[in-house]
Amino acid sequence: MIYFWIKRHYRKVFGAACGLAVVAGCGQGSWNNPYPAAARGQNILYSSFEERPKHLDPARAYSSAEYAFIGQIYEPLLQYRYLQRPYELAPLGAAVMPQVHYYDARGREVPSTTSATRIASGVYEIKIRPGMRYQPHPALARDTAGAYVYHRLDAAQIAAVQTLNDFPQTGTRAVTAQDYAYEMRRLAHPLIQSPILSVMVDNIVGMKEYAAELQAVAEAQRKRGEKVQIDLRAYTLKGVATPDEHTLRITLKGKYPQLLYWLAMPFFAPIPWEADVFYAQPGLNEKNINFDWWPLGSGPYMLSENNPNRQMILSRNPNFHGATYPSAGAPGDAEAGLLADAGKPLPFIDQAIYALEKESIPYWNKFLQGYYDTSGISSESFDQAVSMSGQGELGLTDKMQRQGIHLVTTVASSTSYMGFNMRDPVVGGDGERARKLRRAIAIAVDYEEFIAIFRNGRGISAHGAVPPGIFGYREGRAGVNPYVYDWMDGKAKRKPIEDARKLLIEAGYANGIDQSTGQPLTLYFDVTGEGPDDLARLAWFRKQFEKLDLQLVYRNTSYNRFQEKMRKGNAQIFMWGWNADYPDPENFFFLLYGPNGKVEHDGENAANYNNRQFDALFDQMKNMDNGPERQALIDRMNDVLRVDGPWLWGFHPQEFALSHSWYYNVKPNLMAHNTLQYKRIDAAARDRLRDAWNPPVIWPLGVAAMLLVIMVIPAAVVYRRRQRQAPRGVGDRRE
Amino acid sequence: MLTYIVRRVLYAIPILIGVNLLTFTLFFVVNTPDDMARMHLGGKRVTPEMVQRWKAERGYDKPLIFNVQAAGVEKLTDTIFYKNSVRLFAFQFGSSDDGRDIVQDIKQRMLPSLAIAVPAFVFGLMVNISFALLLAFFRATYVDTVGTVLCVAMMSISGLFYIIAGQFLLSKLLRLVPISGYDTGWEALKFILLPIAIGVVSGIGSGARWYRTLFLEEMGKDYVRTARAKGLSEYLVLFRHVLKNGMIPILTGAVVVIPLLFMGALITESFFGIPGLGSYTIDAINSQDFAIVRAMVFLGSLLYILGLVMTDISYTLVDPRIRLQ
Repeated sequence: MIYFWIKRHYRKVFGAACGLAVVAGCGQGSWNNPYPAAARGQNILYSSFEERPKHLDPARAYSSAEYAFIGQIYEPLLQYRYLQRPYELAPLGAAVMPQVHYYDARGREVPSTTSATRIASGVYEIKIRPGMRYQPHPALARDTAGAYVYHRLDAAQIAAVQTLNDFPQTGTRAVTAQDYAYEMRRLAHPLIQSPILSVMVDNIVGMKEYAAELQAVAEAQRKRGEKVQIDLRAYTLKGVATPDEHTLRITLKGKYPQLLYWLAMPFFAPIPWEADVFYAQPGLNEKNINFDWWPLGSGPYMLSENNPNRQMILSRNPNFHGATYPSAGAPGDAEAGLLADAGKPLPFIDQAIYALEKESIPYWNKFLQGYYDTSGISSESFDQAVSMSGQGELGLTDKMQRQGIHLVTTVASSTSYMGFNMRDPVVGGDGERARKLRRAIAIAVDYEEFIAIFRNGRGISAHGAVPPGIFGYREGRAGVNPYVYDWMDGKAKRKPIEDARKLLIEAGYANGIDQSTGQPLTLYFDVTGEGPDDLARLAWFRKQFEKLDLQLVYRNTSYNRFQEKMRKGNAQIFMWGWNADYPDPENFFFLLYGPNGKVEHDGENAANYNNRQFDALFDQMKNMDNGPERQALIDRMNDVLRVDGPWLWGFHPQEFALSHSWYYNVKPNLMAHNTLQYKRIDAAARDRLRDAWNPPVIWPLGVAAMLLVIMVIPAAVVYRRRQRQAPRGVGDRRE
Repeated sequence: MLTYIVRRVLYAIPILIGVNLLTFTLFFVVNTPDDMARMHLGGKRVTPEMVQRWKAERGYDKPLIFNVQAAGVEKLTDTIFYKNSVRLFAFQFGSSDDGRDIVQDIKQRMLPSLAIAVPAFVFGLMVNISFALLLAFFRATYVDTVGTVLCVAMMSISGLFYIIAGQFLLSKLLRLVPISGYDTGWEALKFILLPIAIGVVSGIGSGARWYRTLFLEEMGKDYVRTARAKGLSEYLVLFRHVLKNGMIPILTGAVVVIPLLFMGALITESFFGIPGLGSYTIDAINSQDFAIVRAMVFLGSLLYILGLVMTDISYTLVDPRIRLQ
């Protein structure tokens, strides 16, 4: 049918095809370019996101996917220096680093070196940077009389808008200390449900009472059948004060030096009260015009388009107070060209477009075609990107090098471990039998092999909870776990399996037989994996246990059920991980702190490890300043943990990132969230290379068309022959 | 016909209640409200109080289907099922579990889904009918044999393979279209060409084989023999008689699908980064967002019922012998 139609209208068909081709390729160097022609030569960064961020409200957001956006928009009090290593805090919203004053129970000021147990309260006096202004936003728009334009919207005005950008007027104002205090109040708002409220309740004076008061107000409003609406300024938060417009005073219950790290997170960014008033108006939330969708910050960028189904766009904030590229970095930064832009005004990039890209294959190919400026490396594309040299070093493949792609690697501030449920009667407890069993398993499970097979070498085996780059981590011999490794020829070598077998005999499980019952010892590994990759991984674990003749049974379940098992303490052996909130050993050791036990306290101590000695050391260590004394305590804590072995320490993942030759100032900073402003792009070079890499190949279409014609000819012959075979005199009749 | 339509609409109500109940049961067999709360609140520092508050705000703190503690009719109405289901019948889908307005989301995602689904459906139908006619026309020749074998082979290949192969061939090797993405207006054209082409090609195997069977069945009927005996050319027999009569089952089969085009294609949208309703549903399932899952299943059922009604009506239009009562 189509054939005959095309035959009749072939001129139109040809014209339409040409038209389509022109539309597809018009004005662009390449037909497969996913971006509009107008974007050519623009100073735009192209990146992607896999999952839409759940929250953009800084009081709620807590994941790296969310921080990728709000980190560029909000300005917390502190930030991490972009190039410095080890990580170092610096002022951001604060004019200078906070001044801390400690007081004892009698209210007398004591020096910071005073033991944490003698400190009753700590006061952080923070001067706010002058000259900071909010991005243009309708919540801040005022008329000539100074009244807010959009704080009392009527039904017609609400009906007229579909997105925040539909409001014709915007306004701005200066950031004040009250805005920082306001955001701290928001952490206690019953509807916001900030994930760090419990931490702040434990540390900020009056936060507990404030949260309880707000909760009571919300309950009362609910009971009256009203919508929960609370003016946070009407209630007193004792521990947070603003003596003047540029001074913020936070009072803590004791010594808590980790507060400085929290101050570098968006939880402590300034929020104007006007935003909450604006977004609370009925009818806006139904149009996704709310704080979780449209942030309001003072940072270098603002969210100019939020369509997480397709793309999210950050644009330069015209009211940004300005910053300059750092002129000092870590050793080697100058040689790597990372100081070439020293002193230049930030940000460099005008716009960052993040496209939704759920599948790894299109994402990877678009990076290779030059349509994304930077990329991670998935397992599927690892072999294409990275090769191992004769010396066992990982580097880029020749193809990547020919494209001028750069590789940067860094060990993540995270840990992935295999834990034992310490409440389990077989593998748990602090008895010698169970301890030896755990240690034998720790020797048998060869994490170096695991990293080589399942992580493509991207990781380092762990000897303790603290990863590299965090205070307390020890390099070399001093950092080796002597119960699992020997130090040989200048490096850690896993103990031979015979040692593990001896331990197993001592534990009463010779050849994997429980001597008390005469039955084979069966252990249970609670997992959530279901795919083919997971099956290979699980088979590998089973093989490791078989080295000791131990039977490992998987209890595969959904992640929900797995979490429930963990909460109830029904798991035996499990795998889990932790990503640092901030670069402090407290943020890792608290995962093994008794009062954080998962079963009893619903905390993050998934192994339910409970050792009084360790807990006492942790209590001492957690509030100390970094120094030799703290390091000594950490060493002792590590010793306790290594003896008990509640975890197989697993590995610290290594992150590989690729970037194109036109993308500058790339240095992984796992703590900083506001890194986009430092990145620079040579858009002209990018266009040139994209064109060179993506010329359309048309000739196969011609070949395919010719093949089609060749195939049609015999069919046409058959048709004609059939027609000729028709009875004479009837073939030419018409109905 | 009006009576018939009214009756079908009334029949639809218990069906929709049943589907809703089934969705509800299946969803909550796998996920408890606690699981949903923890999924939405994130993996870190989630306290039991936060979980409880999350549930209370969204009404998930009530019993699932039967409230023992309530009195009278509230035993049934003061439950998660009732509170969440009744509004659906007034097309009030409410907010997703993370607070976004579902109707707003559906409005936004509807067009991209239709931009792929409608052309793929129309072109697919045309190509399949043409190819099936070709095979029927050349029945019992090498064209028919090769075509049929090709159809079987194409039916046997996974849809995912077509997507990956299409992206590899047309976007990576030949560099003719973007490998994934979406835009608005005319810019969308370059993004939808490949998914439409893949949608059409992947459907040829099953579609053409089915239609070929229909046409061959028609070709064996008396009226075709009569037409040939009258001396009509094979071309005219095929296009004027066989196609016309063969179109009745094709049309009715196609009409039932039309409303469902709105729901989008799950895998295609995900692979091509099309922000449609298919990927919306998949995302909701992955993130355990019951509000969206419930709304999309309800909408899907409703559209399916609509499709069936439209099919019945289309019967009366293409076959004058049929009357709806």
